[in-house]
Amino acid sequence: MPPDSTRRQRLRILVQEVAGKPAPADEQESLFESGLLDSFALPDLVSAIEKEFGIKVPDSDLNPRKFDSIDRMDAYLADHS
Amino acid sequence: MGAYLHGFGAYLPERVVPNVELAERVGKTSEWIESVSGIQERRWARPEETVADMGVAAAEDCLRKAGIAANTLGMLMVSSGSGSRGFPGPAAEVAARLGLDSTPAIDLPIASAGSLFGLALAMRLAETQGDILVVAAEKMSALIENDPNTAILFGDGAGAALVSARPGRWRMLDAVLHTDGQSRDALAFDGTGPLKMNGLTVILQAARKIPSSITEVLARQNISAQQVTAFLLHQANLNLVTRVAKSLGVDPEKMFSNVQRYGNTSSASMLIAASEWAETNPAPGPIVFSAFGAGFHWGAIVADSTA
Repeated sequence: MPPDSTRRQRLRILVQEVAGKPAPADEQESLFESGLLDSFALPDLVSAIEKEFGIKVPDSDLNPRKFDSIDRMDAYLADHS
Repeated sequence: MGAYLHGFGAYLPERVVPNVELAERVGKTSEWIESVSGIQERRWARPEETVADMGVAAAEDCLRKAGIAANTLGMLMVSSGSGSRGFPGPAAEVAARLGLDSTPAIDLPIASAGSLFGLALAMRLAETQGDILVVAAEKMSALIENDPNTAILFGDGAGAALVSARPGRWRMLDAVLHTDGQSRDALAFDGTGPLKMNGLTVILQAARKIPSSITEVLARQNISAQQVTAFLLHQANLNLVTRVAKSLGVDPEKMFSNVQRYGNTSSASMLIAASEWAETNPAPGPIVFSAFGAGFHWGAIVADSTA
């Protein structure tokens, strides 16, 4: 499935809300390795994604790699929306 | 009938290790350590001090406070993920040093959540076994090196609790226990060290599973989180404890916390916290225990004061 620009824009807004800083221009950049998000921001980000997109992320999908970048979050949502 | 908590005990090593002592070793500042963990200092055992030494000290403190002689115990459980040898685990040594020579003594090698599992098992066994002493003792300082993600977190210490079918100070109402081994490598010690932890995975899972298990056990007893007077959690990290309060919609003040002074003492932390909390002349009402640890193992217990 091709990238969804609207969905990515919504993800960028969520990341900014949780991090308090803009999401990186490079949508493949790790939000954690770059220091934008720390381990305690990750649960907030997952909760924000669930609320924004009306999905429930099961515990079995609570893998940081799935939410590591805008690209990966978009791919997860493409598979689960 | 049922099961009751009669009292708690604790032991903390004398040596205080403030953040400033660790900061240079891990290449961080004291302020950074406190901001990511809430921890200001922790206790470390002496080199020759063992898990069993600390376990015996906490056990004796608990027995004294509960007014119970060791030779009346029907069972002993000892939780530790940091025992000094593979087998026998520390339960046999703690039992022997308490003067027990035929009482069953069981090891629970479940880091962080072992004391919760011990309490839940004791709750179900007390009616047939009699008084059960649950001990948790950890020498986490032996499992860490200079990784800032782990070296700053852990401390040493021991806690204990006495569970009995005889009526006591708190009636144990219900317990839920869970295990999911899919992330068993996210927090692990292979016996040679140092301890390995994927902090992102651990926090993400714990932030979801601790509140969900508390909600699960409270719902079964028709008790709301707001009715709970105190939450006695595994003291992993102050930021995690605060997050659990937020998820449950309860006042963070209800989360008893001493991680600031002792760091994360793994499975001992919940019982050390309970021991200190019990000394504060706590208000009557429902209390909740909860822990999450390596495995992953997690769960929650609800109890209520009897007076």
